[in-house]
Amino acid sequence: MRKALAVGKKEFRQIVRDRRTLMILLFIPVFFLLLYGYALNFDIRRVALAVGDRDNSVESRALVSAFLNSGYFDFAGSVRSSEDLGRAMDGNVVRAALIIPENTGRLVRRGQPAPVQVIINGDNANTAATVMGYAITIVRSISAGFIVEQRGLNLTPPIAIEPRIWFNPELRSTLFLVPGLIGFIGMITATISTALSVVKEKERGTWEQVRMAPINTVSYVVGKTLPYLGISLVSAMGIIVAAMGLFDMPMRGSWGSLLLATGLFLLGALGTGLLVSTIADSQLVAFQVTLILAFLPTFLLSGFIFPIQNMPRPIQIVTYAVPARYFLVALRGIVLKGVGIATIWGHLAALTGYAVVVLGLASVRLSRERG
Amino acid sequence: MAAIVVNELTRRFGSFVAVDKVSFSVEPGEIFGFLGSNGAGKSTTIRMLCGLLKPTSGGATVGGLDVGRNPEGVKARIGYMSQKFSLYELLTVDQNIRLYAELYSVPPERFEERRRFAIEMAGLAGREGALPRDLPGGFRQRLALGCAILHEPPILFLDEPTGGVDPISRRQFWRLIDQLSRSGVTVLVTTHYLDEAEYCHRIALIHAGRLAALGTTTELKRIFAERPIVEIRTPRSVDVMRALDAMDDVEECSLFGTAVHAVLRSRAVSPPDIVRRLEAARLEVSSIQPVQPSLEDVFLDVVEKAGRE
Repeated sequence: MRKALAVGKKEFRQIVRDRRTLMILLFIPVFFLLLYGYALNFDIRRVALAVGDRDNSVESRALVSAFLNSGYFDFAGSVRSSEDLGRAMDGNVVRAALIIPENTGRLVRRGQPAPVQVIINGDNANTAATVMGYAITIVRSISAGFIVEQRGLNLTPPIAIEPRIWFNPELRSTLFLVPGLIGFIGMITATISTALSVVKEKERGTWEQVRMAPINTVSYVVGKTLPYLGISLVSAMGIIVAAMGLFDMPMRGSWGSLLLATGLFLLGALGTGLLVSTIADSQLVAFQVTLILAFLPTFLLSGFIFPIQNMPRPIQIVTYAVPARYFLVALRGIVLKGVGIATIWGHLAALTGYAVVVLGLASVRLSRERG
Repeated sequence: MAAIVVNELTRRFGSFVAVDKVSFSVEPGEIFGFLGSNGAGKSTTIRMLCGLLKPTSGGATVGGLDVGRNPEGVKARIGYMSQKFSLYELLTVDQNIRLYAELYSVPPERFEERRRFAIEMAGLAGREGALPRDLPGGFRQRLALGCAILHEPPILFLDEPTGGVDPISRRQFWRLIDQLSRSGVTVLVTTHYLDEAEYCHRIALIHAGRLAALGTTTELKRIFAERPIVEIRTPRSVDVMRALDAMDDVEECSLFGTAVHAVLRSRAVSPPDIVRRLEAARLEVSSIQPVQPSLEDVFLDVVEKAGRE
């Protein structure tokens, strides 16, 4: 145990003196948080809307202002001709257009159906569907207004929806993404830094020297992992606090359970790093293996961005081996819903299981290297 | 009792036999040189003796402990230093010493004395706070040696300890090794510098995993007792070598710098007669004279013989 502490102390000193590792552990996470936090945003607002009001009646102007006042659309110019609109769409100046034909006002006043056209740029299918949803909602609500005005009766629909969205009432996608981001960043930095710390020793030759020393593998692994666990835990807490300040992420649960979940998750990530180091003999290979073993699964298969329930069954099965999958549920639960350990214990158990398996595998492989 | 006893030590990697039934023993306080070309099996042997690699068959005891059965015990009793002078580049001189002292369980009451010893031996007094990467190779080498013997091991393994170090530092280093040996430390050193082998009390030549020759330098050179070596100086060394190869009474010849060394089959072969035959073939000879066999001659002869078998 004294030897494990000596190794830990030495590792900590090395990290502090090695600017590159320190950068990976402390600054890259914050940089990633800012980059992804601001760039990754699924909310669609301020869609550039071109307006072709050929009617210019009270009703048509009411419709146009309903669009522009909704907050989802920005006025991007008037449409004079269809060539005009084509050019604007091609040049991405305009993402959608509202065309109101002549006589719309008169038809509305007579109580006859009046068609209006909404043109949407469909190059991004997700955005187009959302924009269409916005347009339909706006048109419906203004139509209902016209009916009330003209016929003087208040037509209440028999069933009224009163939607209430829990935990994220404004449906801000950052609140969904930032916890995922924290998991992603934690996984990458912890895995890479541990993998590199061992591989660098292999390249330098100190690895061989330490293996010649009378110290058992478990002590060495413990000594080598502890400083990284401490530093990456501090770093993870740092990005959580930063996310609270920058992205108004709430913190509804207890810090204790947050620390526990993050600690278990990082332990698994460090184990993954050690495992990578038993495969790789150079820093380059270590980077590549980490990319395949940690980066891609955490990005694609953890539910960070793409919901797991939409994946085909075989891929869903693969996601059970991705620790970030459990961490994200736990983290979103603690941070957004304020749930306690009793609710997420299954996920914490899965994280513990993953950590035990990878650390065990890494220990076995490291002792086997000794002959 | 011998410090190191190696008995039919064998290690296979798949079907490749890296070390093939090697046996020898090393006396306490002896400097034992392990000589061989790259890939001859030197490092594999050392790794087995240090408890890092299990022997496939055969065995060895180091400091009285069996390397196969008690590798951890062996590790605690030996010092090891490799050609990479494995110091932590990001730890200071002092921190490196402290780390190795902890790893080798140097008792706290002995630590201060051992630390001073290591720093003085490396000539680093006053530079305890320096980083190894800022030190010249010779200092790093001596510091690595100091770290390897902090725990006062009775047996020291040095794996090509002088790679990449200037000649003066090499000489200084060998003086340290000599002092250690005088104080009773057994030293097993691998090298491919043949001149360094002269510092060793006894030498083992290893070739293709086998022990090809063993003895003091004088004993090893005795293989040429009945076969004189002559040095021939000539402006046309390549042609002369071709002509010598064709002669029955010349066993072998090789290029030594600008001269040609020829091993004669027996004492009966007369050097002037060889010159006559060369000149008859219109090959000019500036001089011919007998030379003392060098370790390089021994090495080449052994390798040649092993190759023929």
